Amino acid sequence: MVEFFFGFFAIMILFCSVMVVMSRNAIHSVLWMLVMFFHVAGVYLMLNAEFLAATQIIVYAGAILVLFLFVIMLLNLREEMNIEQLIDGWPAGLSLAVAMLVVLILALGSFSVKPWGQWSIEVVEKTTQTKALGKVLYTEYLLPFEIASLVLLVAIIGAVVLAKKKLKS
Amino acid sequence: MDITIIKPILPEIVMAALACVVLILELFIHKKETIGVFAILAVAAVSYVIPQSFGSAFNGMFISDGYSVFFKFIFFINLILAVLISIRYLKIERSEFGEYYSLMMFATLGMMIMASATDLIVLYLGLELMALSTYILAGFIRHDRRSNEAALKYFFLGAFSSAILLYGITMIYALTGTTNILAIASQLQGKMTTQLILAIVFLVVAFGFKIALAPFHMWTPDVYEGAPTSITAFMSVGPKAAAFAALGRVFTTGLIDFAPDWRGILIALSILTMAVGNILAIQQSNIKRMLAYSSIAHAGYAVIGVIAGGAEGLSAMMNYLFIYAFMNIGAFAVVIMLRVEGVKGEELEHYRGLAKTHPLAAVLMLIFMFSLTGIPPTGGFIGKFYLFKAAVGAGYAWLAVVAVVFSVISAYFYLRVVMYMYMHEPEGEPAALATSTPLGLALLITTIMVIVLGVYPSPFLAFARLAIG
Amino acid sequence: MPGTYLPSNYLPVFIFLVVAIAFGLGALLIGAIFRIRRPYKEKLMPYESGIDPVGEPRVRFSIRFYIIAMLFVVFDVEAIFLYPWAVVFDKIGLYAFVEMVIFIFILLVGYLYAWKKEAFTWE
Repeated sequence: MVEFFFGFFAIMILFCSVMVVMSRNAIHSVLWMLVMFFHVAGVYLMLNAEFLAATQIIVYAGAILVLFLFVIMLLNLREEMNIEQLIDGWPAGLSLAVAMLVVLILALGSFSVKPWGQWSIEVVEKTTQTKALGKVLYTEYLLPFEIASLVLLVAIIGAVVLAKKKLKS
Repeated sequence: MDITIIKPILPEIVMAALACVVLILELFIHKKETIGVFAILAVAAVSYVIPQSFGSAFNGMFISDGYSVFFKFIFFINLILAVLISIRYLKIERSEFGEYYSLMMFATLGMMIMASATDLIVLYLGLELMALSTYILAGFIRHDRRSNEAALKYFFLGAFSSAILLYGITMIYALTGTTNILAIASQLQGKMTTQLILAIVFLVVAFGFKIALAPFHMWTPDVYEGAPTSITAFMSVGPKAAAFAALGRVFTTGLIDFAPDWRGILIALSILTMAVGNILAIQQSNIKRMLAYSSIAHAGYAVIGVIAGGAEGLSAMMNYLFIYAFMNIGAFAVVIMLRVEGVKGEELEHYRGLAKTHPLAAVLMLIFMFSLTGIPPTGGFIGKFYLFKAAVGAGYAWLAVVAVVFSVISAYFYLRVVMYMYMHEPEGEPAALATSTPLGLALLITTIMVIVLGVYPSPFLAFARLAIG
Repeated sequence: MPGTYLPSNYLPVFIFLVVAIAFGLGALLIGAIFRIRRPYKEKLMPYESGIDPVGEPRVRFSIRFYIIAMLFVVFDVEAIFLYPWAVVFDKIGLYAFVEMVIFIFILLVGYLYAWKKEAFTWE
């Protein structure tokens, strides 16, 4: 049963990703990405990470995708524009991608399953994932958390500096 | 938990707080030069706090040791010099906004975190902080198409390389169950698996992008050419040194057992980098692109220090980056001087007969070009000498010979600038140079340091050796 | 054992999703199958209160939307960080409170900056 669901989510994610890249219409690309995000949230649910699944939908599908849509509307692409789907050097790119895929599959044989650490599925299931995340994030991983706030601050500065029409001095 | 537990991270906290203060100052102060001066004073304050900050913090995620302190001094020098050369340049480019200084401070903060990180996640976040600030700075001249293009190219390739870094970190986590760099070696126990090779390759690719190692150097010429020249100077030293610090720490502490494997990769990349940097610089006519290829080549030389390994190699690499900071920013300072209203001043043609029209600027450029080539008695020669000495000591004498050959090839395009300045006649009327007191101060500091490091390098070398410990 | 966990609590959510999609798709499909198809040129023209359409249908998109969306992303992520903290607040004590205050304060600096730079005004 688990394999069925995982297989469904995995195949849909791959298919949607390919459609994102191959769609002619930019808005269609973004909508395929939306479908992909929902399936990624499904994979998170399978890993017992319900907080991450909710975050995926709230942040990715709710905020970032909206940003993508605004940017595409800003670009104002004409549908009549006949943009070439594939660039000139596409055989080289395709063969490189296939080579990388082969290397990754060969390396797959050496991936081994390690024993569970402190946070096994049963422990996380008992305390919900939100609580487990909170317990670890604000005690052990405090430093990455605070640096993340600085990264967000720089993002705010960047948005205002680069995008404001008339930057008041 | 008492308050002394944050002592190792106190410099970073002070830097973050002062960067926020600079950001708020920008809202209220109208004379933007004072914000630049404040940024320099902030660096002075942070370096005052550094001596008390040694130790490890946050369960071994962050360390302040001699290695990171040496790199932090390189970053401070980079920030001070870049701010000094920016003050008048921003006015000429009509992009005088105070966020510039705040973003440079955040970028330096990211570099400081990268140098001190002993956890891969902290390393990644420091890299993102530095990278994001530099993306915005590269596109700072909003009305110039080339600046926008530079920011776009840098962002796309940088984001991709950050994703590859994360993939490598994920594989190492899957192999060891920890992201702590110091614990990786004991967890891996010297067992080589294909997954580990993949992880090493991804890490080399990601760091190689930031260092601008060939074949991950494609972004460098376009980004260096399009970005504001003061940011090009900042970018050519800071992120490179920070990535070297991270590379040195991860590979010589965490992955030390696998040195024969990653050494081979780095040797091949180093030779390719020196070749690409030196040979492609020959046909450039834009001096910013030429200096971009030259900085690619210099990264190729500096990697030899990491390849040689041990205290000798790493201290040679650190020393080389220290010297490189001064000579590179000095060269870019002279390039900025030629940028006056209406004249871009970036083509080699603009340097014709500079010795006759502005002899002092020509002499300074001569010193920096000699130093970049590695001609004694400038600092560049000393840097390369100790690098090659470390390489020979580690058994890679042939690599040192290859590097010397490429250095000789590089003399062509460095000395070509000197030839244009001294042996050609100036065309048209001599335009005035965009000098200013801060720029003059920066040129004074860089020139003095380049010459001092050439004739009396021992105290700095001893400092680098002491930093490795 | 990894790979055997099935979140059975979410079965109702899954059924709900399937039914919702079926409803939406079903309505469209049944309509498409049973419609009469008799298009002619005037029926397919865009509607402009009875007169012939004049001018370009596209309006110049302003960049204000982008800045607002970008700022929304940043503050949304801040809110996301607040959820796990709120859930474990009683367990992790005073230090976690101080940490979160620092986090919010740093983003408050950004908020103040954006405000003063008139990123929130809609001219």
